Amino acid sequence: MDFLRPASWEEALAAKAEYPSAVPIAGGTDVMVEINFDHRRPEYLLDLNRIGLLREWEVGEDVVRLGASVPYTQIMENLRTELPGLALASHTVASPQIRNRGGVGGNLGCASPAGDSHPALLAAGAEVEVESVRGSRLIPIDEFYTGVKRNALAADELIKTVHVKKADGPQQYSKVGSRNAMVIAVCAFGLALHPETRTVRTGIGSAAPTPIRAKAAEEFLNAALEEGGFWESGKVITPSIAKQFGDLASGAANPIDDVRGTAKYRRHAVGIMARRQLIWTWEQYRGTGNGRSLEGAA
Amino acid sequence: MAQNTRTVPAGTPTNVTQKHNKGGIGESILRPDGTLKVTGEFAYSSDMWHEDMLWGQTLRSTVAHAEIVSIDISEALAMPGVYSVLTYDDLPAEMKNYGLEIQDTPVLAHGRVRHHGEPVALVAADHPETARRAAAKIKIDYRELPLVTDEASALAPDAPLIHEGRDDHHIGHVPHPNIVHRQPIIRGNVEEARKRADVIVEGEYTFGMQDQAFLGPESGLAVPSEDGGVELYVATQWLHSDLQQIAPVLGLPPEKVRMTLSGVGGAFGGREDISMQIHACLLALATNKPVKIVYNRFESFFGHVHRHPAKLYYEHGATKDGKLTHMKCKIVLDGGAYASASPAVVGNASSLSVGPYVLEDVDIEAIALYTNNPPCGAMRGFGAVQACFAYEAQMDKLAAKLGMDPVEFRQLNAMEMGTVMPTGQVVDAPAPVAELLRRVKARPLPPERQWESAGENADVRALPGGLSNTTHGEGVVRGVGYAVGIKNVGFSEGFDDYSTARVRLEVINGEPVAMVHTAMAEVGQGGITVHTQIARTELGVTQVTIHPADTQVGSAGSTSASRQTYMTGGAVKNTCEAVREALLEIGRRKNGSYHPAWATAELLLEGGKVVTDGGEVLADIADILENEAIDLELEFRHAATEPFDLVTGQGNGHVQYTFAAHRAVVEVDTELGLVKVVELATAQDVGKALNMLSVVGQIQGGTTQGLGVAIMEEIIVDPKTAKVRNPSFTDYLIPTILDTPTIPVDVLELADPKAPYGLRGMGEAPTLSSTPAVIAAIRQATGLEINKTPIRPEALTGTL
Amino acid sequence: MRVNFTVNGRQQEADDVWEGESLLYVLRERLGLPGSKNACEQGECGSCTVRLDGVPVCSCLVAAGQVEGRDVVTVEGLAEFSKQREEHGHGGACGTGGGCGSKGVSLDAAKQWQAHGPNSELRSRAGDSQTGEGVELSNIQQAFIDAGAVQCGFCTPGLLIQADALLEENSSPSDQDIREALSGNLCRCTGYEKILDAVRLAAARQSEAV
Repeated sequence: MDFLRPASWEEALAAKAEYPSAVPIAGGTDVMVEINFDHRRPEYLLDLNRIGLLREWEVGEDVVRLGASVPYTQIMENLRTELPGLALASHTVASPQIRNRGGVGGNLGCASPAGDSHPALLAAGAEVEVESVRGSRLIPIDEFYTGVKRNALAADELIKTVHVKKADGPQQYSKVGSRNAMVIAVCAFGLALHPETRTVRTGIGSAAPTPIRAKAAEEFLNAALEEGGFWESGKVITPSIAKQFGDLASGAANPIDDVRGTAKYRRHAVGIMARRQLIWTWEQYRGTGNGRSLEGAA
Repeated sequence: MAQNTRTVPAGTPTNVTQKHNKGGIGESILRPDGTLKVTGEFAYSSDMWHEDMLWGQTLRSTVAHAEIVSIDISEALAMPGVYSVLTYDDLPAEMKNYGLEIQDTPVLAHGRVRHHGEPVALVAADHPETARRAAAKIKIDYRELPLVTDEASALAPDAPLIHEGRDDHHIGHVPHPNIVHRQPIIRGNVEEARKRADVIVEGEYTFGMQDQAFLGPESGLAVPSEDGGVELYVATQWLHSDLQQIAPVLGLPPEKVRMTLSGVGGAFGGREDISMQIHACLLALATNKPVKIVYNRFESFFGHVHRHPAKLYYEHGATKDGKLTHMKCKIVLDGGAYASASPAVVGNASSLSVGPYVLEDVDIEAIALYTNNPPCGAMRGFGAVQACFAYEAQMDKLAAKLGMDPVEFRQLNAMEMGTVMPTGQVVDAPAPVAELLRRVKARPLPPERQWESAGENADVRALPGGLSNTTHGEGVVRGVGYAVGIKNVGFSEGFDDYSTARVRLEVINGEPVAMVHTAMAEVGQGGITVHTQIARTELGVTQVTIHPADTQVGSAGSTSASRQTYMTGGAVKNTCEAVREALLEIGRRKNGSYHPAWATAELLLEGGKVVTDGGEVLADIADILENEAIDLELEFRHAATEPFDLVTGQGNGHVQYTFAAHRAVVEVDTELGLVKVVELATAQDVGKALNMLSVVGQIQGGTTQGLGVAIMEEIIVDPKTAKVRNPSFTDYLIPTILDTPTIPVDVLELADPKAPYGLRGMGEAPTLSSTPAVIAAIRQATGLEINKTPIRPEALTGTL
Repeated sequence: MRVNFTVNGRQQEADDVWEGESLLYVLRERLGLPGSKNACEQGECGSCTVRLDGVPVCSCLVAAGQVEGRDVVTVEGLAEFSKQREEHGHGGACGTGGGCGSKGVSLDAAKQWQAHGPNSELRSRAGDSQTGEGVELSNIQQAFIDAGAVQCGFCTPGLLIQADALLEENSSPSDQDIREALSGNLCRCTGYEKILDAVRLAAARQSEAV
């Protein structure tokens, strides 16, 4: 095993071009577990810790450009207004110690369906900026996940920043695990209201081979909100709309049975989370305070 | 803050002549190893280091049941940095097996593996990664065999025998060679008693496989010595039992295997069996170099036995005024591939299967199976834990059927001193079962739906799902549940259970100093703290040193079965008393002629002096001893017990009983099936708290392990392959601090006159009733019948 | 490969490091600082928590090569770190004493249950848990002993680092804050109640001292 320690982004790209099999390591929260447990012996480890720009973020007009290695703790503490869904998701990541090290780049690079940030990124809308010595490109988040633990990166590319749309409305995120903290998602759900475009977006985690959006649920809700004039009136969401939304979200899931939970439960839980989050976000949108984001939730 | 209640002892403790010594028994003195543990300097077994040391690695079977067709170690041996590769063929002695009671466990697999993760080969290399890579290069050709995974497949007519040619002392009375041990208990006449029952409830219960999940993984260091023997530094629960199993397979006399206890990172039963001890010694002897073995968490799940999973079938009857009429039960424990502590687990499960209730007509049967599942053995409260889950579920069912309050129903049937157990044994010490229940019930309930009353300050961390933000109160329902349990203390069924303590009293720098030397494994429970206290109380000294535990002193028995404060505490007390007598004898010899009190008064040791019971100072201990040292090593035994009759189960099998009750308050998100335990209150009788701080710590820790197995902890074994599916802390979940509620503790001290200071072994009881109390609370919240623990969200949402 | 970094204020150099080694392994097996514990090596238990450039992290998940040129504080250096913080407003260099080990736990020391110190036995004085006189402890270390938060002690080093960092940030945490901050540190012995007591006690003593 060789340990590559690029001091700059350019050096990192050069190293990745020269050694395409090199495994990038930043927070180490996935890679080191695999090494410690003898699941993986990469030929090269490519350390990204010395690259300062990966730990920076920039709040722009419409998007937050989030460095791939910005630790979850920083997202929780600094970006809860701009990226409320991602901040909530960050808060559910493992433990404080892990949140101090891990960042969204690791989640994306690993592309595990159980990665906590995926549903929030899908719901908010995001593009992943990847780069190689050949140049850089922006991959829409919807096209980023290509299979179980596979993503759209080419072998010589590294994830640089994630361009996440700044929240223009309430966002929520929940994850189900069989413990009250420090748990890998059995399944997760994220919802973002986008009042500017009068649309909603969703994200489902750990309930399909890749993170996915519940598109039928989104379409249904977009139509129902539009037809009912809900955006203008700000009236209460009817229980039947909430239920239908939950059912459609549940239907979007395509989970498996595994040691963490049954497929049936995952489908069920996705539906419950979707329904609840619709109420929470909508109440926040209406400004009643009933949908408040509870203390500790972000 | 926990609220502790002290009750004036009812009985008279024996032999207490000493009193009021500072830092003595009854005070919450702090741990003598505390400073080392908070500075990181306490040397655990995995911290050992030796110049020139090698790393040992175990290669384990990847299948559960197979014939080993061939093993090829050549590639591994050829690797640079590899010093030794060992298989069964390299074992040096005629004895190739070990085991706590039955020597059925091969040191390395011989021709066949019987469970997933069984050790097959060993490697020693100069770096752990080299050892791992070498182990990966060992080629093993397995031919898989049919699996035995449950009662049906174990007892089927054509079932493969897990152990052929058994010659252990249980084979004569078990109905099938795939049964390790069977213990029936018959008393009264169930058929007749059933006729008196107005209501009858039946239940089938399943208890999952729990892991001890101690935080310090199995580890140790073996150092070859010049005389051809070996020194072993290891974390264990019972040095002498290890020694008895290690020496024969090394082909060494016991005196050439010198064992020293290193720091132990928790145990809970999981270190009662051998893990890496023999392997490290074999490699050290083969390479003539020190060898260190440290399991990682993955291997740890295969490196020790687990709590027996169980199926329990119960029938209870009661009259309409709420009196139990009879109980019939069958308890099937899965012992896995090797016997470990299974026979004793069967004994406990059967003899404690009635719970702390008066029941004169019973028909009980408990068996442990041999299967291809992971071996199961000792874990905190064994046998009693599984039974408690089932009989407490039955009590709730009966109370519901009778329309009675579940606590009142239990109290109506609660045993007390004088009750006759199903084994015929009379309960001869206080058994405050009804009182413990009264206490937990009387405690005010925590406010409901606290997140609502908190208004804007509502905290998602207080809700089911916690930080995961799954509910803001939707679907959340409160439930309250009660349970009480009974556990035996010490080794039972005629086992010669003893401990040994060596105490040396001498003068150092003008001050009398007591040195206490035992082989007791301090695993975190605080035994060394109470030994310090006992020596102070009995010898009137301030300075006490605790000698490291090793095999240079007699056996202390195991740190298990809630027995060490009773047994090794008793041994320390006993030896201190003899040392005191010896000191007074010297005093009488030297000073007796100067003061009549030496001959006439009852003399005590206080504050470094010999005093009369009236408080008159006769001499300084230091002046009596001068340059002499008193150094005694004595054994201590509890009252002898008897084996249970193999047909009727009758016999005075237990030494002492211990009781605890719990009240669980839970909030369940009924839509998502997520549980938040809000409070887990407990009351327990400890006879006499030698150190209340430690007692409360044990109770809270035991309670939390019971909570874990109620809602999250289970080793999941695939029934199709008998392979463990979740050997990691990612998927075997134990409670975090956010899963663990406030645990108010109410301690009673009703002395057991037979026991040292009247104390009652107390480490295990809290683990028993915690689990059924939590499950009862979830039942109340959800209205669901729950017959399996741990309860998974799927079971609460109908999505299994 | 070779790795240079600062541990508890002292410059350290580790040679012949295999690239797959974790910071935890280097501390324990190469630098003679076994205080950080190897309970799970998958970031689930927090027993290996150290401060890396001031930030609490699981040292089992930091690749050895990643600490080149960086600053680490382990439980062995916690008392000194805390003292420096009190004196200078920040954690700083380790002077002398047990905090900055330079060799492994030898057998003789192992027999004595401790890495350093002359006592071959555990010594205890009435009402006093100090086994070696003159051991200076940080507030959180003393509180853990006093509150009975230590049983087997394997989780203790990680909890101390994490709890100390919590109190550095938040001098009067609520119970829920404590629970959240310590939710990545598993303890199997205590049921956590006395750990909560210890952190409350340390917070109270800290505020008294100000």
